[in-house]
Amino acid sequence: MDFDLMITSFPKLLGATVVTLKLLSASLFFGLFLGLFFAILRLNKNIFINKFAYGYSYIFRGTPLLVQIFIIYFGLGQIEYLRTTFLWVIFKEPYWCAIIAFTLNTGAYTSEILRSAFQTIKPGIIEAGKSLGISNKVIFYKIQIPIAIRQSLPAYGNEIILMMKGTSLASTVTLMDLTGVAKYIISTTFKPIEVFIVAGGIYLFMTFIIHNVIKYLEKKYSFQQ
Amino acid sequence: MELLAFGKTGWGDELFYATLMTIAVSITAMLVGFFFALIFTPLKLSKYKTLNLVGNFYTTVIRGVPELLVIYLFFFGGSGAIMYVASIFGYYEYIEINAFITGSMAIGIISGAYSTEVFRGAIQSIDKGQFEAAKVLGINKFGQFYKIILPQMLRLAIPNLSNVWQITLKDTSLISVTGLVEIMRQSYIAAGSTRDPLLFYSFAAVLYLLLTYVSMKLINKLEVRYSRGY
Repeated sequence: MDFDLMITSFPKLLGATVVTLKLLSASLFFGLFLGLFFAILRLNKNIFINKFAYGYSYIFRGTPLLVQIFIIYFGLGQIEYLRTTFLWVIFKEPYWCAIIAFTLNTGAYTSEILRSAFQTIKPGIIEAGKSLGISNKVIFYKIQIPIAIRQSLPAYGNEIILMMKGTSLASTVTLMDLTGVAKYIISTTFKPIEVFIVAGGIYLFMTFIIHNVIKYLEKKYSFQQ
Repeated sequence: MELLAFGKTGWGDELFYATLMTIAVSITAMLVGFFFALIFTPLKLSKYKTLNLVGNFYTTVIRGVPELLVIYLFFFGGSGAIMYVASIFGYYEYIEINAFITGSMAIGIISGAYSTEVFRGAIQSIDKGQFEAAKVLGINKFGQFYKIILPQMLRLAIPNLSNVWQITLKDTSLISVTGLVEIMRQSYIAAGSTRDPLLFYSFAAVLYLLLTYVSMKLINKLEVRYSRGY
């Protein structure tokens, strides 16, 4: 055990954690909206809209995240037309490509989580709203969405943790996130175990925090108070 | 399209073998995972606090740390660890383990943590009366587990194991960083030499979709088989 290495690599890894957290929060933020959007499309009665939303979630859940990042980062740059538009400013940066890939990925999973949450809402609750003369819009925003958020909290907590682990793939497109820096230190010092303990410890700490925050929220928003 | 043709001009045959490699690694990893689950599930269900702690440590650490980091640990640390063990037995030559073994071990350990959770959940949701009834009927321990608990447990475990299989299958794409030529690595090589990454990575995505689709169909059949009588 090389404790000196563990101590000297800790600040470097902690600095890289900031990159990981930035990637995570950005992709979760955009992914939540995307997921909500597609969950609403899934509930649409129009079969084409419905199938389109299903196809989106099927493709992004059925392929590895690594493929998605590579298509967006290496693949899209090949399209000549894209290079001439203003979008190229975004697509040439690995940072934004990673965020786009993560957003699309987490959006697919989130849409499934929210869809099943919407579907488990008892029809009686919506009918009660209707019989009280509340408009459909208000029922949706004030009744269905709050209940769906509560229902989907445990599953969404898992998704946050999976996404946090997913951000490690940013290191494959030259981003120096926590895993990227860990790999760099390992490949220069050839001390994988020490670096794994420190980097893994940081990841575990983040998992621990996310897990407890979700647990707290679940308790706070539970129906029986 | 000629880039995907079979034979010398295209990458079709290379990608076909790469797909077989992905399947081989996934199955090996899944089996390694079952082996780990076989060890750690009893630990997690044990009455002894220390054994529980060991079981929980395994599943918590593996499920809380990115797969890529675990793969790097095995990739960079694997041969070092084997050489250390060999040196205890007096063997000091350099040992290199091949990428297939490192990869399927790393993915296997990850998949094992998920399988352990699935088995633990399945066993815990079997009615206690089943254990007691088996005991009362005088069935021996072996029969209790294999003839009574296991068939009931499998029915509950298969839907979740199919999720674990999907995760494992997708995780094998990460082994490409160690140089094992599976779908992702082969696409990377092909994309590099033809300068057509969009085509090859999209094709890789199609291959993965195909694999997940076909395996879902097969697992559904298994599910029907094990839930007969319900």
